[in-house]
Amino acid sequence: MKNILKSAVAMLSVLVAFTSCNNPKSSNSGALAGNVAEKVYVAPGDHDEFYAFISGGFSGQLSVYGLPSGRLFKVIPVFSQDAEKAYGYNEETKPMLNTSHGFVPWDDAHHPDISQTNGVIDGRWVFINGNNTPRIAKVDLSVFETTEIIEIPNSAGNHSSSFVTENSEYVVAGTRFSVPIPQKDMPIKDYKGNFKGSLTFISVEPEHGHMDIKFQLIMPGFDYDLAHPGRGASHGWFFFSTYNSEEASTLMEVNASQNDKDFIAAVNWKKIEEYVNNGGGTMMPANYAHNVYDEATHSATSTMKKEVLVVNPSEVPGAVFLLPTPKSPHGCDVDPSGEYIVGNGKLSANLTVHSFTKMLNAIENKKFAGDAYGIPIINFEDVLAGVVEQPGLGPLHTEFDGKGNAYTTFFISSEVVKWKLGTWEVVDRQPCYYSVGHLMIPGGNSQKPFGKYVVAMNKITKDRYLPTGPEVTQSAQLYDISGEKMELLLDFPTIGEPHYAAGCPADLIKPRSKKIFNLEDNKHPYAAKSEADTKVVRDGNVVHIYMTTIRSHFSPDNIEGIKVGDKVYFHVTNLEQDYDVPHGVSMIGANTSELLIMPGQTETFLWEPKQVGVWPFYCTDFCSALHQEMQGYVRVSSANSNTTLKWSLGEDIE
Amino acid sequence: MKNTLNIFTTLCILLLISCGGKEEKKKDGFSYEKKAVTEQKSAPTEKVPASKKIDLSNKGVGPITSLTLPSEIDETMATHGAEVFKKMCTACHRPDKKFIGPSPKGVLERRSPEWVMNMILNPEEMVQKDPLAKALLIEFNGSPMANQSLSQEDARAVLEYFRTLK
Repeated sequence: MKNILKSAVAMLSVLVAFTSCNNPKSSNSGALAGNVAEKVYVAPGDHDEFYAFISGGFSGQLSVYGLPSGRLFKVIPVFSQDAEKAYGYNEETKPMLNTSHGFVPWDDAHHPDISQTNGVIDGRWVFINGNNTPRIAKVDLSVFETTEIIEIPNSAGNHSSSFVTENSEYVVAGTRFSVPIPQKDMPIKDYKGNFKGSLTFISVEPEHGHMDIKFQLIMPGFDYDLAHPGRGASHGWFFFSTYNSEEASTLMEVNASQNDKDFIAAVNWKKIEEYVNNGGGTMMPANYAHNVYDEATHSATSTMKKEVLVVNPSEVPGAVFLLPTPKSPHGCDVDPSGEYIVGNGKLSANLTVHSFTKMLNAIENKKFAGDAYGIPIINFEDVLAGVVEQPGLGPLHTEFDGKGNAYTTFFISSEVVKWKLGTWEVVDRQPCYYSVGHLMIPGGNSQKPFGKYVVAMNKITKDRYLPTGPEVTQSAQLYDISGEKMELLLDFPTIGEPHYAAGCPADLIKPRSKKIFNLEDNKHPYAAKSEADTKVVRDGNVVHIYMTTIRSHFSPDNIEGIKVGDKVYFHVTNLEQDYDVPHGVSMIGANTSELLIMPGQTETFLWEPKQVGVWPFYCTDFCSALHQEMQGYVRVSSANSNTTLKWSLGEDIE
Repeated sequence: MKNTLNIFTTLCILLLISCGGKEEKKKDGFSYEKKAVTEQKSAPTEKVPASKKIDLSNKGVGPITSLTLPSEIDETMATHGAEVFKKMCTACHRPDKKFIGPSPKGVLERRSPEWVMNMILNPEEMVQKDPLAKALLIEFNGSPMANQSLSQEDARAVLEYFRTLK
């Protein structure tokens, strides 16, 4: 019987397939079903409608895609060295990767978020967190380069980060692991009650975006998973999902899943800000790196900071509350109005939605179910707005389209589910290939989402692309969400493992994208701003070469008098002042990467010659028809030789 | 092993021969017969290179369509132009001799002021559309005139400086 039913269903679906082929107009989605390709086709030379900044996960970087085409434009190096761009290799950017643990050339990049003004995405900066050695980076979208990285002290597994408030007052970094604060040598089994979790509020200076830790809230020893800011009416609050309210330290997959409910921590940061501004909080010794790249000197500096202001929730009554939320919530997402806080309980069958208004009422009426380490716990029923009943398995993350709909990813059942805010009814579901993590609607973390597309970022790819051995590409999928039903448009590969993304209309960023750096504004201490400034200076065994590039020669291109054992710094200034004319430079045997120097920029690499001889260097970026001629020689003499230091370019020309 | 030895010996001998040969010649590098001279002789009309060609009516392609130079040189402007030239142009141009690109000396005896300005301000389009600019690119081995993003004011000052180069 079962078999008969099965074959009947199969035959029916074949029939449906054929019918729809013959008569496409009769299909649900109309004539568009056959024209999916057209929807993602961006003709040669045309530009995409949206930018998407997709986290590079364990690559440590941030990738820049166009939507709807899914074309990759750039991989911005953030937390990992990038030999292509000399990031973390040249002398100028090495300080960017400095930490209290020394030079850390890699991290796990998770959650990008674009800066906002008045609750709307402004396209100035993208912030992204390094998970492993806790850091927050800022990428300047006028140059698409990482210009600032701040290390987060008292944090470990910087996961509930890096989300911005609606005027970019703060970018927030919450710890995943609780740890002893301050760190100390103690038995792991004494975790409970002794380990603490820090939630860090980093102020963002409005004009230049300079980051500074304003305060750290020292919370109970839970794991803090994700976070989102309040907006509109709830602006001034921040919401953090927690798991491991059990405070377990071993066999977490069992021990951290015991409680029926964990919490969403609601933090009134305006109240704490006021407390801190009036002298509240305790200055605590710390040690963390603050690395800033200066566009004028084209160089980064790293400063070790020695203290941080910490605040205990009990010092500021009425600032922190716990909202019970079923089963280890992952995503903690606030709708565009700021009223609804969605707790994506990843082990729960239902989606829990809290109401901001009900939360305020409960606080006012002091309807508490108890407290955790002095932090009031609000009654679950008193804060609950509604429940989306059994929408799928393993909800992870929700975004909003600004038209009253929410879109939630389900990891275990591998799908995106669309549901209605307020009525909590499921409207549509579409499968993901496979095991979707986060999703992104451009402007999703703001009052004004651009609800045309949703990008689903998948954890598993398997058979979706040509195989490339055991390791296959990571993958994203693009859905059209402009209609009642979602429509899968495109699969596209991504770098690393994409955890989250941020998107915005291209017009917000495109007009501000820099084309060159003005040579005149170059304040690099070793810049040679014209060929007249080129020189080679010896100071003991340190040699500084002030070199220039222009199509298609180096000046100087012949250098003599370098000795084995010297430390030779090539400071190379690109004299070009035209769009898209970088020059590269590489030296045989240099124990570092090439340089890739933008017009008007100066970069430096170190070469320590170990062998006598005449050694060539050349331009690595095809710059003109004479690129292959763009080369030079350095004569290296023995350490005790008397070869005169001299340099030249085209001495014998005409 | 025997083979390796053989190869090694051969290589050594070759090395010796080549060294000896060089000493006898007492000459660096190498030379070969260039046929260019005879070819030039057989050419019926002598070709004038683009850098020597005179065309004062061609205004080039770009933002400058009309420019009349006053008879007197504006010294202040020329001094500023010399500074701009030194900063932005000397990587490829020397005032008095051919370098990567041609010398600007006496350029206004061969080119209209508009053409010179357009070559500074709009080189990419000039080498595509202007026949003289195209020919110059070929004459100078395909070495492109770089757009150094000068303002019109600075380009005009450079032009004034060129007038002083006699």
